[in-house]
Amino acid sequence: MDAIEQTVPPSTHQLVIPLQIGRFSLRSRLIVGTGKYGSYQLMGEALTASGADCVTVAVRRERLLDAQGQSIMDFLPLDRLTILPNTAGCFTASDAVRVARLGRELLEQLGNAGAGWVKLEVLGDKKTLLPDPVGTLEACRELVSDGFTVLCYTSDDPIMAARLRDAGAASVMPAGSPIGSGRGVANPSAISLVLQLLKDSAHGGSPEYPVIVDAGVGTPSDVTQAMELGADGVLLNTGIAHARDPIAMAHAMRLACDAGYLGARAGRIPRRLYATASSPWEGVITHIPGE
Amino acid sequence: MSAIPIEVNGEAYTVAANLTVAGLLQQMGLLGRPCAVELNGRLIPKISWDSQALAPNDRLEIVTLVGGG
Repeated sequence: MDAIEQTVPPSTHQLVIPLQIGRFSLRSRLIVGTGKYGSYQLMGEALTASGADCVTVAVRRERLLDAQGQSIMDFLPLDRLTILPNTAGCFTASDAVRVARLGRELLEQLGNAGAGWVKLEVLGDKKTLLPDPVGTLEACRELVSDGFTVLCYTSDDPIMAARLRDAGAASVMPAGSPIGSGRGVANPSAISLVLQLLKDSAHGGSPEYPVIVDAGVGTPSDVTQAMELGADGVLLNTGIAHARDPIAMAHAMRLACDAGYLGARAGRIPRRLYATASSPWEGVITHIPGE
Repeated sequence: MSAIPIEVNGEAYTVAANLTVAGLLQQMGLLGRPCAVELNGRLIPKISWDSQALAPNDRLEIVTLVGGG
């Protein structure tokens, strides 16, 4: 009986160290969005399947004519989720600061642990949804001085990422590719440079500084690639919400995140041009060409 | 009692002159729901809803949380 029990591998949640972002600690390194689902019911099931303990939400006008309608809050287990409000839809630093404060007020009312942090987005353009670096930096500074734990959405520009870290962002979140584009990590070299710059003490960084790849992730292999590059987490929404089967995709994304995390820390083999045999040459009974 | 014009979430309303933020939320059926209020661009924390009176041409934003990424 003992022998059988010893063959059971440890489950991944025992192997994945919690992700620390400022004073926030996350068990899952996959953070998922709550937008674009066909129904709140489907959203709830997909969130559960994803294993995420942090989900993002947006701040929007209350619908005054339909105030008795369903609220997303009724479908989120607020006791075990940390809600991360975003500033999506903001194109100026001042609007992002306004929306961040409204989000904090809402989460304070709900008594959720997420009051006090924000996913900062300051966008430059509605069509590309690419971040406006100047507005992002300005808003980051103001929110940090207002006491927010700022998780900062940005492009994959390494210098900009370092500027945001130096401005006090608790985490920098470079986009893999444009929001909702499903193009994955479009420039792995840039993400590697971001990671190097932010984590290397020789570059004023620290290995513990959390970097989360946010946006553009379409497939489980995209998640794994981001984690294998050395990201501390991945944030995605559309890749699950718009999959044909969001619940199955949420499962897959969860496994992919754990796989990439564990793989990155296990130490990969070097790439070689030529093969190296896995079975010994010693004792072969065959004729080897050229020998 | 006189009435005053205000703007809520971009739409024009006419309300009683002595209405507070809490009173407005009550009238709109929003009390008890998670919502945050901005008055002329300034956040009004829930603790101040009862004491914050509305003035003519006030602009309010009443927001809540929705699905997002």
